Amino acid sequence: MRNITASIATLLLFAGVASQGLAQGSGARNADRTASAEAFKKIAEVLRHPRCQNCHTVTEFPRQGDDRHRHHQMVVRGPSGRGTSAMLCSNCHQEKNSPDGLIPGAHNWHLAPLSMAWEQHKTDKALCESLKDRSLNGDKNVAALVHHMHTDPLVLWAWEPGTRKPPHISKEEFQALLKRWEKTGGACPTN
Amino acid sequence: MKYELNVNGQARTVDVDADIPLLWILRDVLGMTGTKFGCGMALCGACTVHLDGQPVRSCSTAVAAVGEKAITTIEAIGRTEVGQRVQRAWVAKQVPQCGYCQSGQIMAAAALLSATSSPSDTDIDQAMSGNVCRCGTYGRIREAIKVAARDTTTKGG
Amino acid sequence: MTDPVAARAADFSPERRSFLERSAALAGALVVAFHLPARRATAQTSPGGAFSPNAYLRIGADDSVTIVVALVEMGQGTFTSIPMLIAEELEVELSKVKVEQAPANEKIYGHPWYVLQTTGGSASIPAAWAKLRQVGATAKLVLITAAAQEWNVPAADCRAENGVVKHLPSGRSLRYGQLVDRAAKLPVPAEAPLKNPADFKLVGTSAPRLDTPSKVDGSAIFGIDAKVPGMKVAAISLCPVIGGKFGSVDPSRALSISGVHRVLTGEACVAVVADHYGAARKGLKALTVKWNDGPSAKFSSKVWRGQLEAALKQKGFVDHNEGDFRKARAAAARTHRALYVSPPLAHSALEPLHCTMHVRKDGCDVWLGTQAPARAQGFVAEVLGMAQEKVAVHNFLLGGGFGRRLDAEYVIPVAQLAKQVDYPLKVVFSREEDIQHDAYRPYFLDEMSAALDKRGGLIGLSHRFAGSSVIARYAPAWTTKGRDPDVAHTAETPYHVANKYVEFIRHEPPQGLLTGNWRGVGPTHHSFPTECFIDELAFLAKTDPVVYRERMLGKNPRLLAMMKLAATKAGWGTPLPARRGRGISVMDSWSCFAALVTEVTVNEDGEVKMDRMVCAVDCGIAVNPDGVDAQIQGAIVYGLTAALYGNITWERGRVVQSNYHDYQPLRMHEMPPIELHLVKSAEKPGGVGELGTSLAVPSLMNAIHAATGRRLREYPVRAELLRVRT
Repeated sequence: MRNITASIATLLLFAGVASQGLAQGSGARNADRTASAEAFKKIAEVLRHPRCQNCHTVTEFPRQGDDRHRHHQMVVRGPSGRGTSAMLCSNCHQEKNSPDGLIPGAHNWHLAPLSMAWEQHKTDKALCESLKDRSLNGDKNVAALVHHMHTDPLVLWAWEPGTRKPPHISKEEFQALLKRWEKTGGACPTN
Repeated sequence: MKYELNVNGQARTVDVDADIPLLWILRDVLGMTGTKFGCGMALCGACTVHLDGQPVRSCSTAVAAVGEKAITTIEAIGRTEVGQRVQRAWVAKQVPQCGYCQSGQIMAAAALLSATSSPSDTDIDQAMSGNVCRCGTYGRIREAIKVAARDTTTKGG
Repeated sequence: MTDPVAARAADFSPERRSFLERSAALAGALVVAFHLPARRATAQTSPGGAFSPNAYLRIGADDSVTIVVALVEMGQGTFTSIPMLIAEELEVELSKVKVEQAPANEKIYGHPWYVLQTTGGSASIPAAWAKLRQVGATAKLVLITAAAQEWNVPAADCRAENGVVKHLPSGRSLRYGQLVDRAAKLPVPAEAPLKNPADFKLVGTSAPRLDTPSKVDGSAIFGIDAKVPGMKVAAISLCPVIGGKFGSVDPSRALSISGVHRVLTGEACVAVVADHYGAARKGLKALTVKWNDGPSAKFSSKVWRGQLEAALKQKGFVDHNEGDFRKARAAAARTHRALYVSPPLAHSALEPLHCTMHVRKDGCDVWLGTQAPARAQGFVAEVLGMAQEKVAVHNFLLGGGFGRRLDAEYVIPVAQLAKQVDYPLKVVFSREEDIQHDAYRPYFLDEMSAALDKRGGLIGLSHRFAGSSVIARYAPAWTTKGRDPDVAHTAETPYHVANKYVEFIRHEPPQGLLTGNWRGVGPTHHSFPTECFIDELAFLAKTDPVVYRERMLGKNPRLLAMMKLAATKAGWGTPLPARRGRGISVMDSWSCFAALVTEVTVNEDGEVKMDRMVCAVDCGIAVNPDGVDAQIQGAIVYGLTAALYGNITWERGRVVQSNYHDYQPLRMHEMPPIELHLVKSAEKPGGVGELGTSLAVPSLMNAIHAATGRRLREYPVRAELLRVRT
C-alpha cells in the first residue's frame, strides 16, 4: 500500500514537476517566439534594404539605386537570372567592385530566382513565411538559410557596396540577429 | 603595371594602372579605334568587345579584370563565321548611318547569334536594347539580325 | 538648320541661271555671291597627269575619279548621294568613284546657299542638285571635246558613257584616263546641258552607300579616332556653371597618377594631359578645382520659364500678318487659346565632342569631325592670333551631327590649352561634358489663339511665341531688318486661313548658355504647337482631324496628297480598342511634303507604346530612295526620343542631366515599325534629313490624345498625366 502511495506520490510529484516544467516550457517558448519575431523584424529591415531588395525582384529585371528604379541599360532577368546572351550580368558585374566603386561586383552576380522574390510582400509575416517556404527557397531549413546569409558573396556584398549605401544595420549585428532568430526557433512575426 | 593581353589572337603587353578600363588600352595604347567611346558608364554599348566570346562593356572593365581571357574586337570579329554573317547582313540591309554605334551593335549581335541561332523579336529586344543608336537604325538592325540568322552561305564549309 | 528661302523655292530653279551670283532681292533673303570654286580659264593638270576642272573633281590617267565633297558625312548619306549626282552627269559608275573630304576653305567650298562652309538645314541635296550636277556635266563636255579633237571629228558625233567617250560613226573609243592630258589644256565651260531626269541611270536608284563597308568592319575613322604622331590625350572639364570661369586647381593628386603629364587650365576649363584617355580621366577625377561661378549661379529652369512667360506679355517682331486677326477674333462665333511648352533639348550624338590640335609658330593643324570646318578654323585663328589661312582643319566622318557640330565654340578652350604645349593635343569631352555643354534647342513658349466660325472652322490663327534666336548669334548676316529667317519658319502653318498672325518675342538666356540648331530647327519647334492646336480645333469642331485639315489644304495639293496617302495606308478611321489611338501631323518644309500617322497604346499606368507609324513623303526626285527611307526612320526616332525623354533642366546655374541614364535615348525595344510611302515625283529634290523629326512629336502627341482623351501641351510625355483616373 505504502509502495502504491509512494508511487502515486512520486507520480504526482513528477506530474507536478512535469506540469510546472510544461508551464515553464510554454512560457519559455512564448518568450522565444516573441524574441524570434522581434529578431526577424530587424532582419527584415535588412532584407528590404535596396542593396538586397534590388535583386530579389518579382519583375523581369533587376532594380538599381536607393530609389529602386529599373536597372539602366535595359538589362533583363533572362532564362536563368543571369541576363541575356548579349548582356549577361557578369559582363559588367565582375568578381569585385570596379576600381572606382561605381559598378558593384561579387562572385556569381545574378538575380535571385522569382521564387525568392520579396518586393511584393507587404508584411514581415509574409516575407518571413516566403523565406522559410522550402518549396520556394531551394529547400533550405532555418539553419541552412542562416548559413546562406552568413556566407553567400552576394549577401555579403551588401556591406561593401562600393559607392552605394550599405544597410543601416551592420553585418556583425545582422549575423547576431540571424543567430538569435535561429536559436529562438526561427519563428515568423504575426504581422 | 605590366599586363599581357590576348587581343584578337595576338599577345600584347601594356604598362598601365590596374584600374584603367580596357577601352582605353585598345583605343589609345594599342591604337585600335574600331571600339568606340560613347558614355563611359556602360549605358550605350559603343564600347562592346568580347572576352572569351562574351560581350562586355570595355569602358567599365578594368584591365586587371581581363586576365588571360581572349579579347575580340570589331577589327577581328569578321574572322568568325557568325561575325561574317552579321557584317554581310549589315551591308545588305545598309544598316549604318553615321556608323559610330555600329561596332558595338555588331559585337552584340554576333554574341546574340552565337547563343541563339534563330532569335525571336523578344530575344532581339532583350539582347540589343542595351546598344544605343542616335541615328535610329534599330529597324534595320533587327532586319539584319534576322537576315544573318537565315544566312547559310558559310555554313557547313 | 535654317532654310531661308525654302518657301520661295522658285529662286533655285536651274532655269534661273547664273549660279554665279544671286541677288539680295530674293524675298528678303540673304545676299549670296557664289563663285564656282577655283574656276579657271583652263583646267590644270596636276603632277601625275590628272584632269581637275574645278575643286570638286579629279580624273586620273588611271581612270580614277575622285570627288571632293564639301559637305560632311554624318550619317545622312552625302558621301554617296552627292557623288551620285556628279557621277550621273559625268557618266561614270559609282563603284569607280573615290570620295575625298574637302578641307576647310570657305572661299572655295562655301555652301551655295549659306556662303559659310557648313552642312545642315537639309540643304545638301537641294543646293547640290543644280550646282554639282554641273560639275559632272561640264567635265564630261570637256572630255568629249578632247576626244573629238583627238580624232578630229565633230563633237556632236561623240557620246560619253561609263567612263568612255565613243565616236559613234566609227566605233572608236577612248577611256577618260586616256583623255586627261588633252582635257586639262581645254577651257572649262561655265555650264553644260544637264541630263533629263528620265534618262537617269544612277540617280533615283538605291545605290549602296560608299561608306558602309568601313562602318561595318571598324576601319571608319571619326574625329575622335584621329591619331597624330607625338599626340597626347587630355580629359577636359568646363566650368559647370553657366558663364563661370576657372578659379584655381590643386593638381598634385592628378600629377602623381601614372601616365599623367600635365594639368592645363584655360579661361573656363581645366584639363589633364596623359598618354591615354584612361589616365587623363582618372587624373581629372583626382583634381580639386575651384570655379568662379559668375553671375548666373542662381539661374534655373524655373527662372527661365518665368522669364519666358513675362516675355510673352511683351510686344515682339511681327513675322507674318495676313488679313486681320484681331478683327476676325472680334467677329468670331467662338475662340480658343492654348499655351504650348517646348523644353530645351540636348543633341547627344553618340560620338562626344572632341578636337585634336597642334599649335606651332608657323601655323596650326586641327583634326575634328565638324559640320562647319571654316567656323572652327576662324575660332582657332582668333584664339591663336593667327591668320585664318594658317589654320588647317582636317575633317572626318561624324558620329552624328544633328546640328550640334554646326557650332564650334568648344574649339576655343581646346585652343587655349593646345597653345600651352608643343605637341599635338587630343582633347576628348566626356559624355557628361557633352550633355552639359551643348548648344541647346531653346526653351520655347507658344501661345496659340484661334478665331472660329460657328461650325468650328478656322477663320483666324494667331501664333505668338517667346524664345531664343539662334540665327541672331550663329549667323547674324542672315537676319534682315531684325528678321530671323528660321525662328518663325513654318509658324504660320501650311493651312489656308484668311487671317494669320505670327509674332516672335525674342528672349535670350544668360550669357554662357548657348542655344543652337537642333534637328529640324524652326519646323521641329513649330510643328508641335501648330499641329496639336489644329488637332484641338478639330475636336472642338467635332470633326475628324484629317477632314478638318483637308478643308484648309486646297491650295497645297502636294501636302494634301501626302496627308490622304498616309491616312489611307494607316487605316485612318477604322476602329481601335480602348486606350489605343491614331494621331496625324503634316509638314511642308525643305521642299518636302509629308504626313505621319502614329498609332499608340497607352496602358493604365500611362506608359506609351508606339504600335505603328505610317509616313507618306513627297520629296521631289529622291536621289537615293533607300537613303530617304533611312533618314525618315532615323529622324522620326530622334523626334520620339525628344517627345518621350527630352528635357534639359538647370538648377543653381548648372545642367542637371549628365549621361544616358537621365537623358534617355529611344532604344531597340521601343522602336515601332515605321512604314514609308515615298511617292515618285519629277519635282526638284527636297532635303529629307530633318523631316521625320518635325513630324514625330505632334503625331505622337495627337495619337496620345486620341488614345486617352488627354491633351498634352508640353513634352516630355509624363506618364502620371496619362494614368487612368479612378
